[in-house]
Amino acid sequence: MDSEATPVVAAIALVVNGTEHRLSVDTRASLLDVLREYLGLTGSKKGCDHGQCGACTVLLDGRRANSCLALAVAHDGAEIVTVEGLAEDGRLSPLQEAFIEQDAFQCGYCTPGQLCSATGMLNEAEQGWPSAITEDVAADPVLDDAEIRERMSGNLCRCGAYRGIVAALREVGGEGARP
Amino acid sequence: MTHRIEGREKVTGKARYAYEYPLEAPAYVSAVQAEAGKGEIVSVDAASARRLPGVLAVLSCENAPQLASRSNGELAVFQSRTVSYRGQFVAAVVAETLETAREAARLLRIEYAAEAPDVRLRDDHPGLYRPEEINTGVPADTEMGDPEAALSDSDVQVDVTYTTPAEHNNPMEPHTTVAHWNEDGSLTLYESTQGASTHQRTIARIFGLDREQVRVVSPHVGGGFGAKGTPRPNAVLAAMAAREVGRPVKFAVPRQQMYATTGYRTPTIQRLRLGAAADGTLNAIVHDVVEQTSTVREFAEQTAAPTRIMYRAPHRRTTHRVVALDVPTPSWMRAPGETPGMYALESALDELAAAAGIDPVELRIRNDTDHEPESGLPFSSRNLVACLREGAERFGWAGRDPAPRSRRAGRRLVGTGVAASTYPARLNPGRATARAEPDGTFTVRIAAADIGTGARTALALLAAETLKADLGRVRMEVGDSSFPTASVAGGSSGTASWGTAVVRACEALRERLNGAVPPEGVEASADTRDEVEAQERYARHAFGAQFAEVEVDVDTGEVRVSRMLGVFAAGRIVNPVTARSQFVGGMTMGIGMALMEESVMDERFGDYLNRDLAQYHVPACADVPDIEAVWLEESDPHLNPMGAKGIGEIGIVGAAAAIGNAVHHATGVRVRDLPITPPKLLARG
Amino acid sequence: MRPFAYERATSAEDALARHEDGARYLGGGTNLVDLMRLGVEEPAKLVDVTGLAHDRIERTPDGTLLVGAAVTNSDLAADRTVREEFPMLSRAVLAGASGQLRNLATVGGNLLQRTRCSYFQDASKPCNKRNPGSGCPARDGEHHNLAVLGHSDACVATHPSDMAVALAALGASVRVVGRGGERTVPLGDFHRLPGAEPQRDTVLEPGDLVTAVVVPPLRMPAAYRKVRERASFAFALVSIAAALDVRDGTVRDARLALGGVAHKPWRAGRAEDVLRGAPATEETFARAADAELAAAEPLRDNAYKVPLARNLIVRTLAELGEGS
Repeated sequence: MDSEATPVVAAIALVVNGTEHRLSVDTRASLLDVLREYLGLTGSKKGCDHGQCGACTVLLDGRRANSCLALAVAHDGAEIVTVEGLAEDGRLSPLQEAFIEQDAFQCGYCTPGQLCSATGMLNEAEQGWPSAITEDVAADPVLDDAEIRERMSGNLCRCGAYRGIVAALREVGGEGARP
Repeated sequence: MTHRIEGREKVTGKARYAYEYPLEAPAYVSAVQAEAGKGEIVSVDAASARRLPGVLAVLSCENAPQLASRSNGELAVFQSRTVSYRGQFVAAVVAETLETAREAARLLRIEYAAEAPDVRLRDDHPGLYRPEEINTGVPADTEMGDPEAALSDSDVQVDVTYTTPAEHNNPMEPHTTVAHWNEDGSLTLYESTQGASTHQRTIARIFGLDREQVRVVSPHVGGGFGAKGTPRPNAVLAAMAAREVGRPVKFAVPRQQMYATTGYRTPTIQRLRLGAAADGTLNAIVHDVVEQTSTVREFAEQTAAPTRIMYRAPHRRTTHRVVALDVPTPSWMRAPGETPGMYALESALDELAAAAGIDPVELRIRNDTDHEPESGLPFSSRNLVACLREGAERFGWAGRDPAPRSRRAGRRLVGTGVAASTYPARLNPGRATARAEPDGTFTVRIAAADIGTGARTALALLAAETLKADLGRVRMEVGDSSFPTASVAGGSSGTASWGTAVVRACEALRERLNGAVPPEGVEASADTRDEVEAQERYARHAFGAQFAEVEVDVDTGEVRVSRMLGVFAAGRIVNPVTARSQFVGGMTMGIGMALMEESVMDERFGDYLNRDLAQYHVPACADVPDIEAVWLEESDPHLNPMGAKGIGEIGIVGAAAAIGNAVHHATGVRVRDLPITPPKLLARG
Repeated sequence: MRPFAYERATSAEDALARHEDGARYLGGGTNLVDLMRLGVEEPAKLVDVTGLAHDRIERTPDGTLLVGAAVTNSDLAADRTVREEFPMLSRAVLAGASGQLRNLATVGGNLLQRTRCSYFQDASKPCNKRNPGSGCPARDGEHHNLAVLGHSDACVATHPSDMAVALAALGASVRVVGRGGERTVPLGDFHRLPGAEPQRDTVLEPGDLVTAVVVPPLRMPAAYRKVRERASFAFALVSIAAALDVRDGTVRDARLALGGVAHKPWRAGRAEDVLRGAPATEETFARAADAELAAAEPLRDNAYKVPLARNLIVRTLAELGEGS
């Protein structure tokens, strides 16, 4: 047998939505496939498998990331939050509530990625990160609609639910929502 | 105002899509695409693939079982050595893991006797022919009066050719099948489909099974836009593979493979000729369409069909010519026919308005008609003029300076445009059951599909209304071929067709209910075939008007849509929340069509090159302003029990024309070949 | 994807020791994993270098910025010093990819990302960059977003990075450690033109590891502007990084680099020469643009890039001039 052809397996640990999992993974397996196929957490979606649609977005060590391009083996020990971990004790997060309220989805396939991305994005804005359209990158940005749109552009929605997505984010974390 | 009843499942990740059904020890499928644009498979060398540990089977034309039906060439998977287009599925590997399946597929060595493919659509192609009929079963050509003479007699004439490129539906969920053969020889498919019943019928025929031996389960579908309206080779391949290995298999078509195997909108070349009196009254309309089909099977899009119903003119002609190229078979993509056809017609109308010096809103009003111009049938309702007037009012159209380049904001040129929308109001027969449970709740079942349209919610509302019950007491179940037969989620026919069956079943149930519900419950069903066939003869269409404002950067040619408004008249709107999303979603896809969507054919290799979401651009959040969609109250007694017309497709119809017309108003440049990109504006500006 | 071994390096020396024929260093993986899944890259081994101590941004007393190769694109763009002292760099990084990709992608990986030419990414087609000697179908095929400057018969690809364009204008350099020890390569010499060896994107030798980027201070108004076919999350048709120092109506100093036009970030030296010492007028800016673009050799379908680049140069410089 050709040794090159034999899958290489590695032992890793992942903390997903607060639960630790120890598992053996093919080094080729993406974090997304490990979540979906090994752990049965199918909330995170595969839309393109190349980081071009954002449906697989999860929070990886607190930051939003495309889980399809992250090799699971390279994230041994990581803490991951998926869409399944956004609600607490069955109580939807304000973002999840706002998505329903604003009809921020249709088919729902991009939605888990949109929600994780939005959660990460609001944290980034909270920390004062600028975006490509921030007038003065040195100043603290104000999260207006244009900022929301730019920052959420890594999550494609073919149904065209952007209007609702922007409205939901405006409600939860936008300019108007700030104290 | 009712939010999606499955909303909580969708925002918590609990909504299950096809790939996500937990099955015992599934195997994984990876497919191989033809690397020849045309030709024959000489040999398939699977030796190194089979050597990989974990490979369970390799399937190709050399060993695939014969299918019972091969009448649909796109679904005759591995049934011959012929390669009809580059990217066609020619082999597949089944393996223990997805990683191994993909690697083994890469190791297959397939030798071809290749020929140069003929893939370029052109209006002088010698192979162009007139199809027997076009999509929806209408004639390819129509003619009234003497259009040629009328054109040359007209005071104002427009003779322009528009082209639209191939476009791909690109639903976010790839086409997916999980196939499982049960011990009794029946087949279960967890499938990403727009029509469980039609899917069931087709797959049963292909595998020589009775219809009841196939069950298609698809409660949640991640978008389709027509691409999942007919079964695709993934379903056949998965079922074949599952039988081969005696285990359930999972197959999601990788995004890159979708561009050849899951359908797309044909490119079109459309010549529009309009003749009008000086006051803009149309005298002649001629719409000649050239488009492509494949050598595998015919699909002829009904691109000029909307021209047959839109405007009054005594002299008129529409023609469709297709050529069978060495390409994948085009198929449905959101409003096939109306979308490319109305782009051309409504752009030409704008050119006529400019040539005649008439306001484009007024021009359309002036050419309105109360009966379908070609069939002579009266419209069941037609409120195009009201939509145009309402839209003009809301958009602030009055006082618009029609001169191109008349508005500027810094280094940006600003322009506005208008276009009309239309889409047929269809009604298909189907069945439904309604059941009263002893606990006071109701269960309503129909094999309908909710691909994001909000169908589940709209049907639940209709059931609750008919049963005079709270929505919370109605359990609405769709997406399973074991439920009563339903038509496909296509042609914007869902709410009308399924709604009729649901309402009739609920009415029947109410008649049977008296007093307490017995422990076994009470069930009633309905079949709407007779009702549908007994419909009076009317021309039934929804109409709308779209207004767009664009800003064009003078230095870079970048176009951004800054405002967009759609006003629609589509009968009764059953659920405003989801209806608005449908309209806005269609208009958003129209922004894509106008400004970025294009599948680029490589003529030497014979495939669409830009086959991923980084190269095939669909609108991102930053491209889409707060699109406004509103509708007029429209009461139409000639439709269905709800008085509803379809709304899933009309939003994209006319959107690209409104944007293109706005770009012309902003810049003075008339781009007649979509999409309108910076290179084109820079080259012509 | 072919099976591969995975190892985590603990230091640069360790990484070098683990590197062997057929190995690749793994940063954020946003391009490498993508290409592996396409069968374009087929490493037998990945050496993960994200755990090295190259994840800091420092500023030396003279204002020079040291950016570790493992710093993520997001951390670079959000860094206070970068935003205040090198806003053009922050803006360029933010113009690339998406928020979630920038959180994974590293500075080193950004520099080393490969072209997005359709043919390069399709393992079923010829491509001299992927498979030397197999031919370049892009030259006569789909190339509307490929190079107009510095291309060769063998390759017309463009480098896709935004960050690298800003770094080119800033006169940055790249710290590399290899078998021969450590060296510093000016960014302008780091990426290659394709010539007859398009398979080589950079001057790196096998096993070389990028450890940091060194950015000298720049004290003049600067801007980064990117033109694309979608409002966000798309590669550039043309982009520009520019800085202009105008005093008393005369250009004292200028920096100019273009993206999306060549196999490397294109430092516009000829334009800079025209600008320095000339009156800060639109006429000068146009002359500078023309001087640079005189060498352009557009292909059948990308000639639009020449006027686009010209317009972008003139407009960006004019806006910077007004701000002075």
